Amino acid sequence: MDNYISGSEALIRSLIGEGVDTIFGYPGGAIIPVFDRLYDYKAQLRNILVRHEQGAVHAAQGYARISGRTGVVVVTSGPAATNVITGLGDAMMDSTPLVVITGQVGSSLLGSDAFQEIDVIGITQPVTKWSYQIRSAEDLKWAVPRAFYIASTGRPGPVVLDFAQNAQNEKIEWTGYKKCHFVRSYDPYPAIDETTIDKAADMINKAERPLIVAGHGVEISGAEKELVALAEKTGIPVITTLLGLSTISSKHPLFKGMIGMHGNIAANIAVGKCDLLFAIGMRFDNRVTGDVSCFAKNAKVIHADVDSSEFGKIIKPDCAIHGDAKPILEKLLSKVSENTYEGWLESFVADEKLEVEKIIKPELEPKENLTMGVVARKVAEAAGEGAVLVTDVGQNQMQSARYFLYSHPRSIITSGGLGTMGFGLPAAIGAKIGAPERTVCFFTGDGGIQMTVEELGVILEYNVNIKIIILNNNFLGMVRQWQDLFYNKRFSSTALVNPNFVMLANAYGIPAEDVESKDELDDAIARMLAHDGAYVLNININPEELVYPMSAAGAPLDEILLSRDERYQK
Amino acid sequence: MENKGTLYTVTVFSENRVGLLNQISIIFTRRKLNIESLSVSPSSIKGVHKFTITTYTDHETVDKLVKQIEKRIDVLKSFYYTDDEIVYQEVALYKVPTVQLLDERNVETIIRKHNARILEVTREYTVIEKTGHDNETEALFEELKQYDIRQFVRSGRVAVTKSPEEYVTMYIEERAKQKEEAEKQWTKTNASNL
Ligand SMILES: Cc1ncc(C[n+]2csc(CCOP(=O)(O)OP(=O)(O)O)c2C)c(N)n1
Ligand SMILES: [Mg+2]
Repeated sequence: MDNYISGSEALIRSLIGEGVDTIFGYPGGAIIPVFDRLYDYKAQLRNILVRHEQGAVHAAQGYARISGRTGVVVVTSGPAATNVITGLGDAMMDSTPLVVITGQVGSSLLGSDAFQEIDVIGITQPVTKWSYQIRSAEDLKWAVPRAFYIASTGRPGPVVLDFAQNAQNEKIEWTGYKKCHFVRSYDPYPAIDETTIDKAADMINKAERPLIVAGHGVEISGAEKELVALAEKTGIPVITTLLGLSTISSKHPLFKGMIGMHGNIAANIAVGKCDLLFAIGMRFDNRVTGDVSCFAKNAKVIHADVDSSEFGKIIKPDCAIHGDAKPILEKLLSKVSENTYEGWLESFVADEKLEVEKIIKPELEPKENLTMGVVARKVAEAAGEGAVLVTDVGQNQMQSARYFLYSHPRSIITSGGLGTMGFGLPAAIGAKIGAPERTVCFFTGDGGIQMTVEELGVILEYNVNIKIIILNNNFLGMVRQWQDLFYNKRFSSTALVNPNFVMLANAYGIPAEDVESKDELDDAIARMLAHDGAYVLNININPEELVYPMSAAGAPLDEILLSRDERYQK
Repeated sequence: MENKGTLYTVTVFSENRVGLLNQISIIFTRRKLNIESLSVSPSSIKGVHKFTITTYTDHETVDKLVKQIEKRIDVLKSFYYTDDEIVYQEVALYKVPTVQLLDERNVETIIRKHNARILEVTREYTVIEKTGHDNETEALFEELKQYDIRQFVRSGRVAVTKSPEEYVTMYIEERAKQKEEAEKQWTKTNASNL
């Protein structure tokens, strides 16, 4: 048997060796050898042919976030490589494991401004966890296993392998794929310092008004059960970040809502009132903290994270626990005492009632026009337990996240850190491919869907069954909201002249309908969910609808707008 | 005048990998920190490179900076020091016209006084070398200025710690042990999977 194979073939065998069965890719001159070899491996490794390289990365992100597996992207050099940058930035911000392989001109041409040559390593370094240029096929044996190890462990992130064309063609001796399980300069799961566990347990046991803030890290670590167990044993209420929303069931009595700019009133008020904030797997984004100087000002802070550079980056913790969320929660569970906090929990009720009365009820029981909230809630209820929310960015994101219902882990996929419009459609496609058994409900805006609308072609080609709900306000709604509230209603460049979305969907073979009013909604949702395949609802939303509650950017979290002219009374 | 802050010496120990300097320097750029001096060399440990970088900033910023640097995959360890924690040196070279030395007996005195030395003399120019802290190399510059310095260059700072512990060596030994364990673990789980 011939043990000598080309670099391209070695790459494909490596991917298979790593357990990859699906990649998201788009061919081009500098990566043709890889796609050529792929032709022979179609049964083991299928390529989802996206319609734009940005779509490839977002699809791989959706795939990775729903499944916990590393998303793989294969694209060509130059313009394809620059097209992946947004997705890399997004994956970097939202800690998503990706291995992105870009083609590159041959080594001898590097640095010569050859056709479709771009300095991929230079450009991607700031938006990747690691990037490496493969200049000879031998390098593959070392770099590919390492790429997967780095992308998927510790705080996950995107890795770029820039694959020079000569290395794709070179022959090397192949003796099988060897996974990487150690990198000297990188320790993804450092041993947890028991003294920090003891200290944290002690702080938890002594607190009078403790509060847990759970973030994406809990999901990444697969620590949802442990989180709930800790909350239940200690009786401590849990709030989550946007990305942490599905780490605990929306219906759990200890779940008190989402923190942040458009978070729940009771949750944000509790942050100011608590005497202990236990933050786990979250990084105090400014959309979460508001004015940092007022954040959790009465609280001691325990910060648990796998990335130690997060400690003190924004908030100085009184106790930092460095490690993976799951073992941290397990260790803590045995050291915390059983407790209940009746008085403390009672203090949430008034704010919860206030939010229901002032914001949630009007949103869910609109008098005339449909609201984003009622659509999201009705879809969630009709889709039932286990449904997944994928969102785009803007008002549609905030409202669908607020009103969707989460019952299972890994049920929200949204662009948090980078806030990338256009993320949603490809991410929803990737999510469905990563978990075909789950119902994927994708909420988007009339603006955002047009940023990556070409990916409808993937739905057409591969029959991807996702439910697409366009919350169409004919505006760049979230920007309009800021113009409305803070820029004197000068609606500069936010009104959209939109295509006929139903016809657009139909052009891709996707059934679609317009929904104009309340009484059409339930039936339309039922038809959408009953249809065996992708379906689009283009829902007419009043552009005047704003997302409330809102703590303005940079303002203290507890300075909350309930409407244009009503503020929360502290 | 703007307060420049304290001068910190940041040391970075890394694997010998292409592109690391770029990765490290963009971390300074993102935090709007100016690199005052930089030197890169092999360290006492085979295959490990050492970057020595000086920058003016405050304690909080340098603390965060070093964490961000250490987060880069190929970086082994990074530390920061104030001047009292390290022994450090810089080298400066001064090129002056040789006639100045012949005409001015004073130059010789200056060289002696500053403990500098002459590296090379030709008919046209003389190269003087001074090793010391930046205030010392600057002091010599000030005195030589009147004799028409044609070229002047100062190296980046090089520094070693005063601490008796060699943290990087310890870290690398520790990691070597962990590697062995990881490998054992690996063969065990793989064997059970067969
Ligand atoms: C790529 C990108 N460009 C611009 C923005 C700024 N931005 C944030 S929300 C928003 C409006 C989104 O409009 P639409 O998709 O219609 O959603 P809506 O807010 O109306 O629900 C814009 C322009 C962004 N987040 N991402
Ligand atoms: Mg809109």
